[in-house]
Amino acid sequence: MTSTGIGKTDQPQTPGSSMPLDTAAIRADFPILTRTVRDGKPLVYLDSGATSQRPHQVLDAERSFLEEHNAAVHRGAHQLAEEATDAYEAARERIASFVGVGADEVVFTKNATEAINLVAYSMSNATAVRDPAAAAFEVVPGDEIVITEAEHHANLVPWQELCARTGATLRWYGVTDDGRIDLDSLQLSPRTKLVAFTHQSNVTGAISPVNELVTRARQVGALVLLDACQSVPNAPVNFAELGVDFAVFSGHKMLGPSGIGVLYGRRELLEAMPPFLTGGSMIELVRMERTTYAPPPQRFEAGVPMTSQAVGLGAAVDYLCAVGMDRVAAHERTLTERTLAGLEAIAGVQIVGPTRMVNRGGTVAFTIDGVHPHDAGQVLDSLGIAVRVGHHCAWPLHRRLGIQASIRATFALYNTTAEVDQLLAGVRKAQRFFGVRGSAEVKQQVSTR
Amino acid sequence: MSTADTPVQLQQLYQDIILDHYKHPRGSGLREPFDGESQQYNPACGDEIKLRVRLAGGKIADVSYEALGCSISQAAASVLHEQVIGAGVSDAMKMFDSFAELMASRGQLEPDEDALGDGIAFAGVSKYPARVKCALLGWAAFKAATVAALAADVKG
Ligand SMILES: Cc1ncc(COP(=O)(O)O)c(C=O)c1O
Repeated sequence: MTSTGIGKTDQPQTPGSSMPLDTAAIRADFPILTRTVRDGKPLVYLDSGATSQRPHQVLDAERSFLEEHNAAVHRGAHQLAEEATDAYEAARERIASFVGVGADEVVFTKNATEAINLVAYSMSNATAVRDPAAAAFEVVPGDEIVITEAEHHANLVPWQELCARTGATLRWYGVTDDGRIDLDSLQLSPRTKLVAFTHQSNVTGAISPVNELVTRARQVGALVLLDACQSVPNAPVNFAELGVDFAVFSGHKMLGPSGIGVLYGRRELLEAMPPFLTGGSMIELVRMERTTYAPPPQRFEAGVPMTSQAVGLGAAVDYLCAVGMDRVAAHERTLTERTLAGLEAIAGVQIVGPTRMVNRGGTVAFTIDGVHPHDAGQVLDSLGIAVRVGHHCAWPLHRRLGIQASIRATFALYNTTAEVDQLLAGVRKAQRFFGVRGSAEVKQQVSTR
Repeated sequence: MSTADTPVQLQQLYQDIILDHYKHPRGSGLREPFDGESQQYNPACGDEIKLRVRLAGGKIADVSYEALGCSISQAAASVLHEQVIGAGVSDAMKMFDSFAELMASRGQLEPDEDALGDGIAFAGVSKYPARVKCALLGWAAFKAATVAALAADVKG
């Protein structure tokens, strides 16, 4: 057992799961990877952490759902409505088992951001309505919501807002110089209602000590919400084993469609939690005076939901399972190690976050002395290399690490070591273009060919 | 700087004028006295600029600034400094309008050197929507600071 929860699974293992990936075969499944950009440069897509590309299996699943079964789910009794509902619910089951939880514990949302807001607003609704059954979710002045300084804005702003609405206090774990959560920086208190943190940083790649944080939250009776946006796409993850109360992730970062995200909530919690959005499909009984609600997950899916997107995400999960998440993780690890070693060998390049593959995933952020990340990104873009530049929606973390912005490469199963080498060459090119030292005085001779 | 294997697009974007202003920013640093001040951020990348305007007799007497950002935003602030000092307020605002129009052109507008001076070097930036905000950051601060300076003038 690791303490991070990444790398263990009861997911179906493919035969030969230790075999390296056949990236050529995988790439052939992704139509977009054959296109060129910026006057004929082959696309080198190293921005899957922002959004990943979709294999034709996912595109086909969406299309065939729309061509053959499209209807409003959970409404109507005609054949198409039945088929659409079956497809939608079958996708929910596969997605739930992919992360080790029950289908009734999986709520579909628009994206991870909405999933986090769903919990935050359900908590303020519980506070406003004061139903004794939902007392666990009430937040009153003097209560504390705890996050970390490493969070994506999606797991930060909704909690600031919840505190502003309820009079609770927002507190946070600080971050060490190499971008890890500093467990000594904060003590939880009996007033801590919820601890929300990222599983894997979308900047430094650092994997959080989930078990330790869950243990601490349990000691004070706080709820735990895990932002699994960057872990679920890249490694086997099992929420039940991790023992978190809530977890969120987005379909578009794991080869699936945009417009679909997931909120996992422990069964007992979802059963007691008041709704966020209300309206059709989430009700049990409606009278003019009062409405009672459907059981979860329907209670949290008001209105006609996204359907082809859910089906597409189901297909994405099938695709990932067929490859095997262990192999995906191993492949991305190889790419990450090569990137870290290559960048370390270039004078004037600073890696943001851990430089060794210990509790670390495949996100590599860095800066180049004398070249602003925006400018570096422009040089890379001119070579066909797509990376993210800026603060990656983690502005406080950048501020804490003393930088304004960074360049970030992220990997998926379709990336190759040749692409890593192109990135490294591109970094040297950016140094040359902006006339900064570094490329000439290579720290040590590395072979990147 | 650029070498033979540099993509043409990159050379078109990073004109020598831009790189020169970036390496040697004109008039940078915050100065007193001033009549209006503005701070602007680019939420996409965290770039920021604080810019001050001093007016004298209806003209821009000084523009001083502290900028943290990429080559495009830094160079744009430096070019702005050179261009607007000595200009009447309404002429300076016209320069702002011409520059903003150029930036919105997606590379489809022939830049007017009489109106823009070294600002024409930024024509290539307009082809990259993600970078337009960089070029306009200093100008946005200039406009806001000038408006603030005029308001202070009316009051005081
Ligand atoms: C760690 C992390 N949390 C949350 C999000 C928000 O995801 P989305 O924008 O899909 O809601 C992202 C990605 O943008 C992320 O990387």
